[in-house]
Amino acid sequence: MSRRVVITGLGVCAPNGVALTDFTNALLEGKSGLRHQPNLEKLGFGCQVAGEPLVKDNLIDNYFTPLERRGLNATGIVYGVIAGIDAWKDAGLEKNTTNEPSWDCGIIFGTGILGVDKFREAIHLIDEGNVRRLGSTSVIQTMASGISAYLGGLLGCGNQVTTNSAACTTGTEGILMAYERISQGKAEIMLTGSCSDSGPYVWGGFDAMRILPRGYNDNPTKASRPMSATAAGFIPGSGAGALVLESLESAQKRGAHIYAEVLGGEINSGGQLGEGSMTAPNSIAVQRCIRNAVTNAGIDASDIDVINGHLTATTKDGLEIENWSKALGRKHDDFPYINSFKGSVGHCLAAAGSIESVATVLQFEEQVVFKNVNCDDIHPEILKLISDTCIPRETKNHAPKVIAKASFGFGDVNACVIFKAFSKEESNSK
Amino acid sequence: MLKEEKYQKLKDIIKIYLPEDVAVTDIEQDSHFMNNLNINSANLVDIVLDVEDAFDIRLENDDMDQMQTVNDAMAIIDAKLAEK
Repeated sequence: MSRRVVITGLGVCAPNGVALTDFTNALLEGKSGLRHQPNLEKLGFGCQVAGEPLVKDNLIDNYFTPLERRGLNATGIVYGVIAGIDAWKDAGLEKNTTNEPSWDCGIIFGTGILGVDKFREAIHLIDEGNVRRLGSTSVIQTMASGISAYLGGLLGCGNQVTTNSAACTTGTEGILMAYERISQGKAEIMLTGSCSDSGPYVWGGFDAMRILPRGYNDNPTKASRPMSATAAGFIPGSGAGALVLESLESAQKRGAHIYAEVLGGEINSGGQLGEGSMTAPNSIAVQRCIRNAVTNAGIDASDIDVINGHLTATTKDGLEIENWSKALGRKHDDFPYINSFKGSVGHCLAAAGSIESVATVLQFEEQVVFKNVNCDDIHPEILKLISDTCIPRETKNHAPKVIAKASFGFGDVNACVIFKAFSKEESNSK
Repeated sequence: MLKEEKYQKLKDIIKIYLPEDVAVTDIEQDSHFMNNLNINSANLVDIVLDVEDAFDIRLENDDMDQMQTVNDAMAIIDAKLAEK
């Protein structure tokens, strides 16, 4: 059994915009969500620039009851709930107010590490011999599946409710997991997405690995430079993105707005063999992932007209372009348009795949290819592979037909998903 | 601290933990936290911590086990305040 799957809802809580309207406008204009972080400066971080969603306190009241807000100290849960609930509403769905779980609705909402600040709070109490003072919220805010558990309770879902975790691939992997569940007929509607906490305890480890740029503390909006000759490392970010995936049948029955179709994709790993390692991708696996995604989606490589890369703004960006080029068998002028949103949102780690997928899908809606920022000086190695016209530096009017989106993560893991523009005429012909 | 004042203080703590189907006016002296007020056991743990903070006292495990009703809570608070 293989059923068609479409996207009917989007939600986002990103450094450059909270909720779809602000996020879309920021992407159209290339507005940066990266800021100098005084707390990182105080703590002596080498890189003091990061991306953090600006969530107003009164906005949180719209999503959490006063009781839920008590002792709430997990930014990932705040971001994830905002994005998740927004996506659900955007799909025209409502919270389940009956006593019967919605058996056909499930959640796959990933994260890398959750409730870091809450965990720190608990560690201090425990080390002071005060474990009894932890209260009841310590576990639910620090368990990885806390985010899917919160959303599952808020929405009353009765299908699979789980959290996936695959480093920076998490969000993209979740989309494919949700796709599979629906296409196999095991669910009608899946809320999928991912979130990542803000703060020094999440970002510190990356600063220590010396993979973050240190020269832009006074110039934060220029710090993240995907595909640029002056790329100096990624800027850490945080936030959440969420998508409602639904069987075409269910979406049409509800008369839901359809953003795009998910054609499928591929998830794999390079086994940390060859040039692959805990932190570096094995190109053979990356290329295989992209090629299999194309095959699984039932399209030809030549059908892809837009790519949203992983492209983190490290020295590996050129290698990623080379992998796309080899996998698709396309180069120079024949290469699709490609963009990276990390120039303006940073690398939102576990939330990267979902935030970027929301942005990717919005391109169908806006009929544009969102601009790349901070890459006026495209890396010469990249220009040897593809034409500079493939890398829009201004938002381009172009109605995308098929977009490939990939994410790659620590542990040598890869995910590539294929989205297709949805047209009503075509929906009846297949 | 007057008894009425203590009761009010306790009610203020309890009310935030009430589920949607229970009103503040449902809180009676002999209300059972879990059976009458539908407060779940996890939140009872938080009520104990809030009581500790509000009255500047410390409740031991036995006290927590015995705290089943609003009256129980009042009695424990009185006893702890008297010990101070």
